[in-house]
Amino acid sequence: MNSSNEVLAVGNKQEGWCGLLELATREVFQLMLASDLTAPTAEITLPHEVTSMVGLAGQLCGVLSVRCDEKSAALMTSKMLGVEIDKVGADMSDALGEICNMVAGNFKNKITGLGDGCMLSPPTVITGSDYTTYSVADKPALEVRLMFEAMPIVISLEIHS
Amino acid sequence: MPVRVLIIDDSSVMRKIVERSLRQAGIDLTQVVEAGNGAEALTALQENKVDLILCDINMPVMDGLEFIKQLSGVVNAKGVPVIMITTEGSEAHVVQALSCGARGYIRKPFTPEQVKTQVIPALTGKP
Repeated sequence: MNSSNEVLAVGNKQEGWCGLLELATREVFQLMLASDLTAPTAEITLPHEVTSMVGLAGQLCGVLSVRCDEKSAALMTSKMLGVEIDKVGADMSDALGEICNMVAGNFKNKITGLGDGCMLSPPTVITGSDYTTYSVADKPALEVRLMFEAMPIVISLEIHS
Repeated sequence: MPVRVLIIDDSSVMRKIVERSLRQAGIDLTQVVEAGNGAEALTALQENKVDLILCDINMPVMDGLEFIKQLSGVVNAKGVPVIMITTEGSEAHVVQALSCGARGYIRKPFTPEQVKTQVIPALTGKP
């Protein structure tokens, strides 16, 4: 565990975190799905059919989420497992949870002092768009928008101080 | 070399990915035993002899570190190398896993090549 001073240092250096969040996400997709994410070239419609979330606790408290459409989630699962897209079935939620878990882990491991001082919850995956969320986050979420095989995905990190 | 492997992860998708990565790395798997946590793995080891164990750290019921600690009392696991595969990639976690008896450590996300780099020396007994 790090000292409280290091905790403060973590809290004061969030301006570069969007770039690290994007890098962490790109690496997960490159290594586990053999897919290069790209930046959107135009305004995108925000996806919301599948939401995967991992909680962070300790020196950094918050929620990291990955949102995408169902077609995109199915293709991610297909690429992860190396199976046809129509055969992914019940593995889709598990796969999306793992992607979110790996993005969160990869992200925190890129920040000095967070690797040991921040724990991850097991992932939760919500399927469907008819829901609202309430957050006690006291600042706007860090958000990264990327394209996966021409379909949008949104990665966000809500930080609770 | 034919290899019998025990893969421990609470995600069935991740267990499949690890198996696929081992095959892609050229490991000749003759038997794959799966477990969703450390306790299930200890039970599986009562009935199965394996040559290699790949284990996640964060799991419900019994985590990977506790599993390694309890391995010493399992006859079928004597001398079997354990490699951790986890998102917990900090230096402290690596040290903790190695001091508990793990032979290697792979951070998620990973490539088949990274799996090979850890698994081959563990199987051949070379550093």
